[in-house]
Amino acid sequence: MIIGITSSVLLWYGLVQWTPFKAFNRLPDPLSVIIEWVSTDPDYGLSIFTKDYYLHILYSTYRATVAFFLALILGVPLGIMMGWRANFNAYAGALLDFLRPIPPLAWVPIAILILPGDEPAVIFVTFLVAFFATTLNTLLGVRSIDPDFFRAAECLGATDQDILRDIIIPGALPTIFTGLQIAMGAAWFSLVAGEMIAAQYGLGFMILESYNLVQYPTIIIMMATLGIVGYASSALIRVVGKKMIRWREQATGIGQEAET
Amino acid sequence: MSQAGSISVSNIQKIYDPEGAAVHALENCSCEIPSGKFVAMVGPSGCGKSTLLNMIAGFDKPTSGEIKLDDQLLVSANTQTPPNSDRVVVFQNGALFPWKTVLENIAYGPIVQKTRGRGQAEEEARELLNKAGNLERIAGSFPGQISSGMQRRVEILRALINKPKVLLLDEPFRAMDTVSKSKMHQHLLDIHDKFRPSILLITHDLVEAILLADVVLVMTTRPGTIKVNINVELPRPRSREMILSDEFTELQKQAIAAVHEEARKAFERGEKELA
Amino acid sequence: MLKQLQSTLNWRGFVAIFGFFLIWYLACVLKLPGFAEMANPLEVIQMFVREYAHDDHYWLSWVTSFQRVLYGFLFAQLFGIPLGLLFGTNEKFRNLFFPVFELLRPIPPLAWVPMSILFWPTNESSIIFITFIGAFFIIVINVFDGVRDIKREHLWLALSLGAPRRVVFLRIMLPSVIPSIAVGMTLGIAITWDVVIAAEMIASDSGLGRLTWEGYVSSTPEVLVIGMISIGLAGYLSTKVVNTIESKMMPWRRVRR
Repeated sequence: MIIGITSSVLLWYGLVQWTPFKAFNRLPDPLSVIIEWVSTDPDYGLSIFTKDYYLHILYSTYRATVAFFLALILGVPLGIMMGWRANFNAYAGALLDFLRPIPPLAWVPIAILILPGDEPAVIFVTFLVAFFATTLNTLLGVRSIDPDFFRAAECLGATDQDILRDIIIPGALPTIFTGLQIAMGAAWFSLVAGEMIAAQYGLGFMILESYNLVQYPTIIIMMATLGIVGYASSALIRVVGKKMIRWREQATGIGQEAET
Repeated sequence: MSQAGSISVSNIQKIYDPEGAAVHALENCSCEIPSGKFVAMVGPSGCGKSTLLNMIAGFDKPTSGEIKLDDQLLVSANTQTPPNSDRVVVFQNGALFPWKTVLENIAYGPIVQKTRGRGQAEEEARELLNKAGNLERIAGSFPGQISSGMQRRVEILRALINKPKVLLLDEPFRAMDTVSKSKMHQHLLDIHDKFRPSILLITHDLVEAILLADVVLVMTTRPGTIKVNINVELPRPRSREMILSDEFTELQKQAIAAVHEEARKAFERGEKELA
Repeated sequence: MLKQLQSTLNWRGFVAIFGFFLIWYLACVLKLPGFAEMANPLEVIQMFVREYAHDDHYWLSWVTSFQRVLYGFLFAQLFGIPLGLLFGTNEKFRNLFFPVFELLRPIPPLAWVPMSILFWPTNESSIIFITFIGAFFIIVINVFDGVRDIKREHLWLALSLGAPRRVVFLRIMLPSVIPSIAVGMTLGIAITWDVVIAAEMIASDSGLGRLTWEGYVSSTPEVLVIGMISIGLAGYLSTKVVNTIESKMMPWRRVRR
């Protein structure tokens, strides 16, 4: 593993520094990126010792978090309702299927137009992808519940509400968490694009801005930071999911590892 | 009240019509499950045994004919009494709620029916676990943590706590090895002796059917109807050793003859359908 | 087919979609907050019929975007499938390079925009590269999972019947991962469109994404909506095509009647 990473970094360095290919020579090499990243006095103004670096992270994280939680509190109940009530699904499902082929990022201009200001627009497109992922996975989760569980509950005298509380919600929970992880990934994906197109702060904005200002090492720093923050956020969801779905953890504890 | 619980099935016909091609699952099917008796139903795969069980449970309704519980109409072509705790099903693949502990699973019925509070229901569930052979130690486990045999016992207890009039067992021991199966038979016999619910057991295993039941119903291949009605007059309480008795062998011969004739028919038809 | 159509287009669905357009229309007519500058559906249709239906420039945007999606998608298959197979079959290679792959994977595709522009000689190739990145990681991961999910019994059976490794690879491994490749394709085509649209808005002067963005910049909301609908339609069509290819690839998955 170490060898793989080291040799890849060396390859990168070599390609940039020692080959005659212009395409590679234009890229920043890993050494200058790392020096810039940990410098107390960075050439281009951003390193782990500057306040602005964290400000960009904070902005992006804030947007992703707001969008994610909006998607969570709207998408999960919507998906559950769609799985619980066939009639409701007939309305909502048709509308979702109708809107879904439009890629989330195609909503950026219209979001800027309709919503007051760029900030809500960026959050909106980020929310939108997360929302679709959450809703559809929640619905999938409800659909994947073994029909015998519903029958068993009916036999035991459960009412419709009991079934919602005791079968549908816990039964769909594992899939909901898978959906939330996907939603988080998709949220970062959209956020970067949204920030590039219409924001003044944030990691995505800074990536494009650094390009315009010819501060190439900063681009790589920001890309790497994005990767770390994105990875950490989905890891966090995974941990919360494991805590909340204790029964599953113990049931499949031996045997196969849950793949994500 | 739990002494009642006789099911009478009369002239049931069921036609599935998924896409124009009418499939006659059941035709002119009549039988009785007398109160407190153990009835086993055997027959080739796809003969409509499960369809019949689903109708009794209230998951499905017939094209014509009717099913009564203690002289009360349960289902017919235009009535369908929704499932309730009078007739509880134990499913083929098991349907313990994996997200609830064993104790919560067993106590579930009384809690949702609001006949008892949570505390009392769980107390009763604990007692039941004890009576079923010192199972209290697994009360806090999740179903995924206990063996499949244990899961079946818990599922049966979850049904019993509701004092059902009829217990409907849909091939519950199908996926079990011989040793666990024979243990389960003993448990089921004990339960039947202690609680005396009417039981309908669907199975493929003739030995199991004869050993456990008072009446063995052999079904024909599709369209399903009752072919033979074998009365098993082995004394109760029963034990595994009875398998070796002449009486048992004689019953087994009768059953095998009936079942194999139907199995052959089903097989030949299957070949024809494929061709 | 007809039955399927009926079940998806039930009357409730019609009501919902019609309601959506009605609300949109009313919001524009009543000039609700935010909708003062929006175009209503009727204006959009008028604009489309009058100026876009027979405008070459508009249809050229379709072709341009489709080309980018196609190239990005094909390159992603071309490199992604072998790499996924390699990760799945060669343990040494996996231990060496899978961590590198995993380090790069969480970086959102659009974060590659500047690097891509720097590296590639033309704008067109850099957009195709970003599109490629979008689908590439998903395809590799799906193929890799597919290889790992192959039933060992199938491999053992083939080996015990004396099949040489090459035959095992061609006759067992490849067909076994086809469903995973198909999943990767479905996800890939959707994400490819998403990436292309954003890349066109950020760094291009052509394509449907650009068309939409220009609709915003030039304050002609009709164009913006035409762009969005065109993109939706284009994405929908490509998904249908991909699904058809997938069902051709997996004849055993077709429903037996």
